[in-house]
Amino acid sequence: MNSDKQLLSKAKIVVVGNGMVGHHFVEEMAKNSNYQITVLSAESRLAYDRVHLSEYFGGKTAEDLAMTTPEHYQELGVTFKTNAKVTNIDKVAKFVSTESGENYHYDKLILATGSYPFVPPIPGKDQDHCLVYRTIDDLEDIANSAKVSKVGVVIGGGLLGLEAANAIKQLGLQTHVVEFAPQLMGVQIDGGGGRLLKNKIEDLGVQVHTSKATNVIEKGDSSRYKLCFNDGSELETDLILFSAGIRPYDNLAREFDLVIGERGGIVVNNQCQTSDADIYAIGECALWNNFIFGLVAPGYAMAKVVAKHIGGVTGTNGELAEFTGADMSTKLKLMGVEVGSIGDAHGKTEGSLTYTYENQPEGVYKKIVVSSDKKSLLGAVLIGDTSEYDTLLQYMLNGIELPESPEGLILPMAADKPTLGVDALPDSATICSCHNVTKGDIIASINASATTVSDVKNCTKAGSGCGGCAALVKSVADNEFEKRGVEVKKDICEHFAYSRSELFDIVSVEKIKTFDELLTSHGRGLGCEICKPVAGSVLASVWNDYILKKPHLSLQDTNDTYLGNMQKDGTYSVVPRIAGGEITPDKLIVLGEVAKKYNLYTKITGGARVDLFGARVEQLPPIWKELVDAGFETGHAYGKSLRTVKSCVGSTWCRYGVQDSMTMAIDLEHRYKGLRAPHKIKFGVSGCTRECAEAQGKDIGIIATENGWNLFVGGNGGMKPRHGDLFATDLDDETLVKYVDRILMFYVQTGDRLQRTSVWMDNLEGGLAYLQDVIMKDSLGITDALETQMAAIVGSYQCEWKTTLEDPEALKRFQPFVNSDKVDSNIQFVTEREQIRPARGEEKIAVTFIPSVESATADAVAEEA
Amino acid sequence: MTTTNTAKTWRTICDSSDLVKDSGICALLVKNASEGSKGNEQRVEEQIAIFHLPNSEEKIYAVGNYDPIGKANVLYRGIVGCIADEPVVASPLYKQHFSLKTGRCLQEEQSIAVYDIRIENELVQVFY
Repeated sequence: MNSDKQLLSKAKIVVVGNGMVGHHFVEEMAKNSNYQITVLSAESRLAYDRVHLSEYFGGKTAEDLAMTTPEHYQELGVTFKTNAKVTNIDKVAKFVSTESGENYHYDKLILATGSYPFVPPIPGKDQDHCLVYRTIDDLEDIANSAKVSKVGVVIGGGLLGLEAANAIKQLGLQTHVVEFAPQLMGVQIDGGGGRLLKNKIEDLGVQVHTSKATNVIEKGDSSRYKLCFNDGSELETDLILFSAGIRPYDNLAREFDLVIGERGGIVVNNQCQTSDADIYAIGECALWNNFIFGLVAPGYAMAKVVAKHIGGVTGTNGELAEFTGADMSTKLKLMGVEVGSIGDAHGKTEGSLTYTYENQPEGVYKKIVVSSDKKSLLGAVLIGDTSEYDTLLQYMLNGIELPESPEGLILPMAADKPTLGVDALPDSATICSCHNVTKGDIIASINASATTVSDVKNCTKAGSGCGGCAALVKSVADNEFEKRGVEVKKDICEHFAYSRSELFDIVSVEKIKTFDELLTSHGRGLGCEICKPVAGSVLASVWNDYILKKPHLSLQDTNDTYLGNMQKDGTYSVVPRIAGGEITPDKLIVLGEVAKKYNLYTKITGGARVDLFGARVEQLPPIWKELVDAGFETGHAYGKSLRTVKSCVGSTWCRYGVQDSMTMAIDLEHRYKGLRAPHKIKFGVSGCTRECAEAQGKDIGIIATENGWNLFVGGNGGMKPRHGDLFATDLDDETLVKYVDRILMFYVQTGDRLQRTSVWMDNLEGGLAYLQDVIMKDSLGITDALETQMAAIVGSYQCEWKTTLEDPEALKRFQPFVNSDKVDSNIQFVTEREQIRPARGEEKIAVTFIPSVESATADAVAEEA
Repeated sequence: MTTTNTAKTWRTICDSSDLVKDSGICALLVKNASEGSKGNEQRVEEQIAIFHLPNSEEKIYAVGNYDPIGKANVLYRGIVGCIADEPVVASPLYKQHFSLKTGRCLQEEQSIAVYDIRIENELVQVFY
């Protein structure tokens, strides 16, 4: 009741458009609960990530790209409508109307309508297969067209054009880029950089045609169409993609008399207000200072300013939040070519001087533009190697004085290459430009509560936009942690001042074979439940000894000690390996018979095997004896090791399968079973792109292609789902296994305690590209060692249950009491759906005297006896 | 080897060779408890967890096997070690630490029983 009243009295904000910027505004504004926000979107989808649009063809789905969900908006209390195109603004009565005739009253109206691709007025531009590259729907059209095309042309050689070219190249088309200007990416880079970029892109199989103006699109001779250029030349193509710049979507503002710039764009002031003070415009539809910002970071900055302005948030001296322009520097990877552009890349500032370094054989071009007094950096162009980008950007943004020989900043192997410590950055230095996070913001988040780099990222959002600043965020945060003596704590526990990967190195380099040796030489105290299993896992990874061998026994978690998963009542589950989920009827019958004989609760697991619950410790050996005799082996469901390889039946049975995924899954499961790792590992192998095995949600995902296998790494289901990163494509069987060997062993060596591959990937400095370099290009020179180690582990596999059953000493562990043959009377079951389940507290018959509880009745004792 | 008696004394549980270094075993104590003046004899069973830590001060410890938080007889299957020099066992269910000296839980307001235990002539004996 009260809340209804509040709702009625809340000021109404209507947001038109739900692109990245519109969505960012909603998130910022929703922090203030005094407003009722309504979002009207003409698209069928809620906001998604357009910056990473090209990854749609690299395996990402619309869901991966989504930036929000209906549920999330509901949580924020935001009302939203998709497919709701706004067609009318009544500035006097203050409401907007949608195409379908619904009216929405507003107190404040936000136009975040974005932009549309400019299609030059070339005759013939409106035919089928003449497309643009802007929305997910566009991408679907492109994908459909590509299926019936062989050649594709992108008209426009700017940043987006090259991304579009990459997209159609990934779709398997012979790809061309046509640019009107004499060079590629003329906005961001200079002529020298453009030349080198062209060479590099042509080396990748994309043909670049510069200084070409298209006169007309005609019917082709060998292809669907041909482009006729003004110099008389022609180019045959099946698919045409226009990427010749963007134009602001300002038609609403035009129609309803807001002030529009000469060349389009809704004119806004420093608070992003249009000529009507209650109507704001943000993002690519807004014209600020006669400039349209075609990047996401300035749009986000505008969104923040508007949210503050509406909410009445002012600075410490009462000053209004202001948008004051934005730095347009960019760093990106185009078809694998690194490109960076900072500030005045063209050296247009009067009196500016340039330093250039070019290395044609290696395809590297670097230029810096400095002020006439050589004291400050004005701009830079980096092609082929952007490793200095972060440093140069900070010099430029913060006006840091240049060293005496500025060329040292870009020359390779300069004797004393000036490095810019993060300490040198002022607090105002922007670290993440997507979310406008400064060094000061990072420090503030650490002052507040953040104790890890990922805390910092969560609090500030730094690094969650384009991700280009991830390394810088980490070093700023680490530097701050170090400064305040919060050691960047990698110690696994109080007994060892080392991380898991450091212990791994110690064990392998010093050839340490037992925990006692390790504790004496590098630790203190008696150890604990954290360091002991870590040591157990590392010793198992390095030496692959039987884990229940005397010196290792006390290191294992109870699950490893009893080779089963302990359940809440102290019983264990029994999970034999069913590689790939393939099982003969005879073996299935054995499982049923064993379950029946020992009265075990039986369930099919998500990993395509059978889980038998409710076995008491003393029952484990006889149960496993029967299973091992029938040809089963342990499933390692209890271990931080390979669990299952989920698979579909593949080309053997399925009409759509293109490879034998079943055989591959079984081979992989047998190869890696028993490998001890920082955490459990799951695989998936799908026989075609339909992905029935859900391989992209697994640590190692393998998807069959016509030509071999695509390999994905770092997927996860569970608490924080993550799709695996596409690591390599079209691998043959041998290469696939080789890469998986190396990746797994590298993970085993460098992963932290209980770190799944997904988090490991997220934390690898340099990310996927770094891992690819290590595994495929051997950048660390370790691949031979990784393979040798894996070969040793694969070669020394043993079924731990088989070994245990043959060892009378080990079997003693399964006797519940050292001095009695009785069994634990506290373990009790009741029947539910025709199977057992553990009795709940109130259902139990008290039988055992528990010293702190004085109950045990005579009746109960009689019952037990 | 279950023992039945009323007066507390040192009773042998097992051989010292049955102990597992840096790990636990479980024993069942069966006691007679007389109830009131009627003298009705009542047998009660207690499970105890025995830990052998040769590198620690007292070398051998005995505590109740029942985990009052997880509510199951499992403590002998926990990993032993020390937290700030206090010898502890970590519950294999939810990982709370129980002091082997005092039985106190280091994380929650709970305690487990502690028993006097010794090794005498290669025999493990508990006082109960």
